[in-house]
Amino acid sequence: MRAFTYQRAASPAEAAAAALKTPGAKFIAGGTNLLDLMKLEIETPPHLIDVNGLGLDKIEPTKGGGLRIGALVRNTDLAADAKVRKDYAVLSRALLAGASGQLRNKATTAGNLLQRTRCPYFYDTNQACNKRLPGSGCSAIGGISRQHAVVGASTACIATHPSDMAVAMRLLDAKVETVRPNGQTRVIPIADFHRLPGTTPHIETSLQPGEFITAVTLPKPIGGTHIYTKVRDRASYAFALVSVAAVIQTDGTGRIALGGVAHKPWRVEAAEKELPRGAKAVSAKLFANAVPTPENRFKLTLAERTLAAALLEAKG
Amino acid sequence: MDDASDPDFNRRDVLVGTTASFALTGGGTAAAQPIAVSAPVVSKVAFRVNGKDQVLDLDLRTTLLDALREHLNLTGTKKGCDHGQCGACTVIVDGRRINACLSLAVMHEGDEITTIEGLGTPTDLHPMQAAFVKHDGYQCGYCTPGQICSAVAVLDEIKAGIPSHVTRDLTGTVELSPAEIRERMSGNICRCGAYSNIIDAIEDVAGVA
Ligand SMILES: Cc1cc2nc3c(=O)[nH]c(=O)nc-3n(C[C@H](O)[C@H](O)[C@H](O)COP(=O)(O)OP(=O)(O)OC[C@H]3O[C@@H](n4cnc5c(N)ncnc54)[C@H](O)[C@@H]3O)c2cc1C
Ligand code: SF4
Ligand code: FES
Ligand code: FES
Repeated sequence: MRAFTYQRAASPAEAAAAALKTPGAKFIAGGTNLLDLMKLEIETPPHLIDVNGLGLDKIEPTKGGGLRIGALVRNTDLAADAKVRKDYAVLSRALLAGASGQLRNKATTAGNLLQRTRCPYFYDTNQACNKRLPGSGCSAIGGISRQHAVVGASTACIATHPSDMAVAMRLLDAKVETVRPNGQTRVIPIADFHRLPGTTPHIETSLQPGEFITAVTLPKPIGGTHIYTKVRDRASYAFALVSVAAVIQTDGTGRIALGGVAHKPWRVEAAEKELPRGAKAVSAKLFANAVPTPENRFKLTLAERTLAAALLEAKG
Repeated sequence: MDDASDPDFNRRDVLVGTTASFALTGGGTAAAQPIAVSAPVVSKVAFRVNGKDQVLDLDLRTTLLDALREHLNLTGTKKGCDHGQCGACTVIVDGRRINACLSLAVMHEGDEITTIEGLGTPTDLHPMQAAFVKHDGYQCGYCTPGQICSAVAVLDEIKAGIPSHVTRDLTGTVELSPAEIRERMSGNICRCGAYSNIIDAIEDVAGVA
């Protein structure tokens, strides 16, 4: 691990200003992703800003009947919150399907959204990787690509976003609240938060340099049956090959978002109109522009079947 | 002086060679950011470990795991993967289990930390330690301190009503069942595969055996 300096931020605005002041500085929340990457010198921040003491660990109702989730709320606490369990069960389910009890006790809402890909070539500093070292190439293309993206990828990067929580947030139309180094705040709809890789896979979100997440808000509850189905190589403590988040209403309409298939949570609103016609029709729309590799083509079948299983479960 | 006898020649050659091989693989420099070569920074941190106040001067990079093992000689807590993937380093901080390998010591100012040494002693075992002995919940024993710390916290989590991946009804109460215990223990890997005896030990303490 490279040496770094360290400060405890006193306020969100101060944290953002401090991040801009030292180029390459990073916020540290639970540290479960950042420290992992710092040990491998994939991340080499010269300065860490500890944001744990800012009181951003509360879950509160919003005026619009939704919830404001502080950026530092731990994954365990968010999954266990009574309102989330009752009205946003898909979010609880997604969180509980991720990582381990120990990790969820440290992992935070903002840190989870910003966790980086698990592409094995990103993790191996001897390999070319455009995300880690822009312009160096992509070892996954033509390499071992079983766990990589099947849709929305580019010729520069075929990595997936590994978060389960983010898939549920996308499904629920969450909004990300931030403060910038100049003190201004803004709200980013989750659909615009994570980016597709394009030619710049190292730029993963729409956050500006130094921009600090203060909270994630959920709109008022949408009812329906909430389901999160995750398929992985072992039954627990493994990242998704494919996951399906769904909220299905009694009339058969609803929402669908997928994890494990793209560089961001994969939701295509037009595909949801096909829900009454079943999983095959929805899948066809979700993956209309899919470009799988020979090694991960199976994800298209797996996604359709996982979706079918989720829809069946929704019928009860 | 010819090049071959120049004491600096070989070193320079090696440096050039290294740079070239980095350029070939294209991945020699891991980070996208410019590399700032800076000296280690030392900082003071104070926390309580197993009921005893500790004040340490630590390189900021020191993880909680290395602080416990290398600075406090509490070597009961084990280092397996050092990357959050095995659970050998599980300790209980302010009542919650965490992976000590993925946490900076300096971020635990004022915290109350319990390690395997704090749960019980050879002459006064914690019930979970005694149950692991009784049920032979290990072979090599390397994962055991992490398993035991995790297991103690798992039973508290169920008592506190924290749901898990296998909790059927999220709005109901969380039941104390073998399935719940198994799912919650998934963050602790045992290379020896002592799982069935580990589960027997925990179920014994939980009273569901
Ligand atoms: C073995 C293992 C298995 C895992 N399995 C899963 C899994 O199955 N599913 C899953 O979804 N996840 C999984 N995870 C990932 C885990 O969920 C993340 O590591 C965690 O959510 C990151 O949160 P954190 O608070 O620890 O982030 P940190 O490591 O503290 O930070 C991550 C990033 O977010 C930035 N950041 C943090 N807070 C803010 C803020 N407020 N504003 C702006 N930037 C911020 C940091 O600068 C950093 O770049 C796994 C992790 C491990 C180690
Ligand atoms: S898929 Fe993306 S993260 Fe993986 S090697 Fe290619 S560029 Fe790097
Ligand atoms: S050593 Fe910490 S999880 Fe493996
Ligand atoms: S007893 Fe050997 S690793 Fe578990």
